[in-house]
Amino acid sequence: MKLRTLQFGVLALLIAAWYLLTAPGIIPAFYFDQDNRAAFFFGEPQKVFWVVVEWFVSGDIFIHLAVTLLETALGFSIGALSGLAIGLWLALSPTASAVMDPYIKGFNSMPRVVLAPIFAVWFGLGIWSKVALGVTLVFFVVFFNVYQGVREVSPNLIASARMLGASRRQLLRSIYLPAAMSWVFASLHNAVGLAFVGAVVGEYLGSARGVGYLILQAEGTFDINTVFAGILVLTAFALALDTAVGAFERRLMTWQPRAGETEKI
Amino acid sequence: MSQEGVPALALADITCRFAARDGRGGAYTAVANATLEVAKGEFVSVVGPTGCGKSTLLNVAAGLLEPSSGTVSVFGEPLIAADGVNRRAGYMFQADALMPWRSGIDNVIAGLEFRGVPRAEAVAQGEAWLRRVGLAGFGDRYPHQMSGGMRKRLALAQTLIVSPDILLMDEPFSALDVQTRQLMENELLALWAEDRKSVLFITHDLDEAIALSDRVVVLSAGPGTRPIGDFKVDLPRPRDVSEIRMTPAFATLHREIWGAMKEEVLKAYEAQKVA
Ligand SMILES: Nc1ncnc2c1ncn2[C@@H]1O[C@H](COP(=O)(O)OP(=O)(O)OP(=O)(O)O)[C@@H](O)[C@H]1O
Ligand SMILES: [Mg+2]
Repeated sequence: MKLRTLQFGVLALLIAAWYLLTAPGIIPAFYFDQDNRAAFFFGEPQKVFWVVVEWFVSGDIFIHLAVTLLETALGFSIGALSGLAIGLWLALSPTASAVMDPYIKGFNSMPRVVLAPIFAVWFGLGIWSKVALGVTLVFFVVFFNVYQGVREVSPNLIASARMLGASRRQLLRSIYLPAAMSWVFASLHNAVGLAFVGAVVGEYLGSARGVGYLILQAEGTFDINTVFAGILVLTAFALALDTAVGAFERRLMTWQPRAGETEKI
Repeated sequence: MSQEGVPALALADITCRFAARDGRGGAYTAVANATLEVAKGEFVSVVGPTGCGKSTLLNVAAGLLEPSSGTVSVFGEPLIAADGVNRRAGYMFQADALMPWRSGIDNVIAGLEFRGVPRAEAVAQGEAWLRRVGLAGFGDRYPHQMSGGMRKRLALAQTLIVSPDILLMDEPFSALDVQTRQLMENELLALWAEDRKSVLFITHDLDEAIALSDRVVVLSAGPGTRPIGDFKVDLPRPRDVSEIRMTPAFATLHREIWGAMKEEVLKAYEAQKVA
């Protein structure tokens, strides 16, 4: 509880600082020549707040939010599932992994955001070009973690399951998958952020809907408060998705030892 | 040879060479020309200095490791590691091999699950086994919530629940304190007396080997380990491991086997000091 109070304290402090430094006339301009310039470049917290409220009250935001969230969710799940599947496959098949190794490394070191315009050409300006970008970003994080996770399964555990009569399928289900799970979850937290990046960057480059589109529009008219409002809404939803992943993780990973499990009496 | 005379497990002329990694040093011959048999229902212990190749030999018997040369037969059938593991054997590992993400009961019934036994039936059998190893009521704990001794008993139940014809045990109790260890040894003997499996039991503790077995095999120091002594233990059964240690017959056997072992232990010690 005390932790929450402190966390909100930090937030309040940040907003207060933001307000004090940008509101025209409160403190004399020390960097810009005119005292409304700070507000022009950095927005003002109360105005940002009202933009957000206005969006939700009028309902203007919902269609954009729905599109962005759909792109994110699709990019996230397709990328994570294919990363999981291909990671497992390559980790368990030495030949395939040896053959694919240079390609995987190549794709991974390529700055994949540059694919966005190509995807726009291939998949059009609808949601699929954004999903495709999200998938390429998410896939590799999950893939590498699964690959590593499966490689690090204790050989003892595998030998033990084999002696108990596990077939290859059963090994996969009972040993490799659960052993790789903690690695998978570590990567899923990163993947949430990347799926949002995929959606927003895609929208930025060409779209008619989505929060990224809203931000682009606002930038076109130097409406910095709306830009910040868009960023804020995206951050809130990314946090929510990350929390959902965390809750799922805690449910699946109850077996993991935690530090300091004794109760205070 | 009649079917009766066929040993449960026969290692014939086994040699294991480990290739040197990244070119440093030559290949290492851990086991050379080792021959070892375990008759049906026989409890055989293998003792030898640390690092001599006991685990290696057991892995070969389990079909987990393919020997560089030599053959393994299980009840007269040749065992080929490339075709899979020794299906008639259960293996209790030296290191912890429980699945950390499964609760006690789920660990115990893993073998039944792999064989497609329906869950309700498997759980009933698992509970019975937990009681037999003294873990009744601990089935819902995860391995990390158990003590070392409890984990060993869990591993024992996990291995025995599928009732393997051959039991391979790699220093199963070496990490336990003396009291717990003697309790577990007695439990093992009681369980073994019920249906007399063939057991190949690895240990570096000569007392434990004599107290448990029908036969004690002494391995030479590495490299090129092979059996150098084979001693029959004809102490009466049922035994109590802590009492039997006090008998004169035990002391005589101990002196005799230690005589064969001592030199090898010293050799192994000198070799490791130089290396
Ligand atoms: N995969 C491997 N590659 C190379 N050398 C190995 C390998 N496995 C075992 N060895 C070597 O073979 C020898 C025998 O190892 P092993 O594990 O069988 O010993 P051990 O008798 O079980 O010892 P301990 O009593 O300490 O458990 C050791 O010298 C070890 O270094
Ligand atoms: Mg060993």
